[in-house]
Amino acid sequence: MPVEIVNKTPVWQRREPLQQRLIWCGYFLALMLFLLCWKIISDNTIWEFLTDAHLQAASLIGRMIPPDWSITGSLLLPLWDTLNIATVGTALGVLIAFPLAFLAARNTSPHPSLRAFALAVIVSSRSINALIWAILLVTIVGPGLLAGMIAIALRSIGFVGKLLYEAIEEIHPTPVEAVTSTGAGRMQVLAYSVMPQIMPAFAGITVYRWDINIRESTVLGLVGAGGIGLQMNAAINNLAWGQVATVFVLIFATVIFSEWVSAKVRHAVI
Amino acid sequence: MSQSPQLLEPRIIAAKSGSWRPKPKISNVTLRWGINAAALVYLVLLYFSVDINWSRVAQGMDRGVAFMGSFLTPDFVSRGGEIAIGLRESLTMTFAATVIGILLAIPVGLGAARNIAPTPVYFFCRAIIALSRTFQEIIIAILFVAMFGFGPLAGVVTLAFATIGFMAKLLAEDIEDAQRDPMEAVRATGASWLQWINYAVQPQVMPRLIGLSLYRLDINFRESAVIGIVGAGGIGATLNTSINRYDYDTSAAVLLVIIGIVLMSEYLSGYVRKWTA
Repeated sequence: MPVEIVNKTPVWQRREPLQQRLIWCGYFLALMLFLLCWKIISDNTIWEFLTDAHLQAASLIGRMIPPDWSITGSLLLPLWDTLNIATVGTALGVLIAFPLAFLAARNTSPHPSLRAFALAVIVSSRSINALIWAILLVTIVGPGLLAGMIAIALRSIGFVGKLLYEAIEEIHPTPVEAVTSTGAGRMQVLAYSVMPQIMPAFAGITVYRWDINIRESTVLGLVGAGGIGLQMNAAINNLAWGQVATVFVLIFATVIFSEWVSAKVRHAVI
Repeated sequence: MSQSPQLLEPRIIAAKSGSWRPKPKISNVTLRWGINAAALVYLVLLYFSVDINWSRVAQGMDRGVAFMGSFLTPDFVSRGGEIAIGLRESLTMTFAATVIGILLAIPVGLGAARNIAPTPVYFFCRAIIALSRTFQEIIIAILFVAMFGFGPLAGVVTLAFATIGFMAKLLAEDIEDAQRDPMEAVRATGASWLQWINYAVQPQVMPRLIGLSLYRLDINFRESAVIGIVGAGGIGATLNTSINRYDYDTSAAVLLVIIGIVLMSEYLSGYVRKWTA
């Protein structure tokens, strides 16, 4: 037990002195790094803009309240588009991620080189936000829903693939051995021993990603990839903050709804 | 088998005669067919409501191929200066925002834990968390850019704000799951509130807090590549400019840099988690 002698009486300490000093050194280095970062940011900031930031904020909020409800009717179709982007995007992403997860899982991968390839695809897809994919796709396939759907799909591959291959690696080996010992082929082993074990996880992951995709697809319109974000972008460019507030309220309601659905389904399957 | 045949399902009887089929995934028949029917109706609605300009898609295919090709010939050099500046700005924004966000998330997280916070504080902190988690970083960035003007400061504030919701929620859940015995033991020694938190709660949540902080650092870096699009600084601005110029070789270089850094941070956080756990 670490003790420190104060006035000849031992006083309890949580850590050994050396360990404590090392921890302090760590905090000190982190503080120095933070101050360095802050200096770089501060050099690149025009601080004069900040003097009236509170006025800007007040006027922004003032113009947002009350929301301009007259445009609600014209927002319903874009909202439906947003739901479609998220749903079709999730479906496409899952279709690609499903086989990829089997290639990436250590216990089902047919060859180490295929496993490395699958892992590389998963990491690349996970590193890049749907919005960046959307910017690229808008220049390639043109503005509209399709760019949004593919962007959501590309981002979902990594997320679903990663969680699913981890689920596959955690399966119980006994059913796999039992089915193999009946003389089943490779595909039959996958279908009758691996699949039933990962199906609940798979359903949960898919719905969870769908929920995240609803959030992400609400902003894809900012770069021209369809959905309610297009209306939001137009309202922001017109500085019509009352309309922006209406869009925010609709997004908020949609996100709450999708979160509720996702929680219900995950509760049912897990 | 001692069971009488009447008690067996038709499925098992069929299996005895050599034609076994696995159980359906959803046992409730109405629910199973209901889901199938709903999916069919949705597909029909989708077919009639989504219009895609296929001729525009066909036109863009050349560009698509050019973009794919540029991943094989990324150009790190000709806009190297801009990439380096953007990357430096992104990394500093990420670190500063994560530190500020976590420092602010700790009190909010303590307040949002049911077992240690009084009810009014609990609801107040939960409201902060809900507000921060609902909106995408990019929407928050638009608002902060409107308030603070263009530049990395708006980005730092955005990322810090998003970090608060994420970290405080997970920290609060972790505190709620913490063991009660050490808390009671420390309280019984007559410790003050701060000592109680420091010696009974903090050691229980620290390993997970460190792991989550590293994860959030990773997320903030990825997000910093996005919020540059709306003027909040960082490598996103460099990327956006290069895509708008159709300079795909530079875009590919930026994307590869982002992927590389995310990959590195994933390995690093794996090590640190093993080391702290």
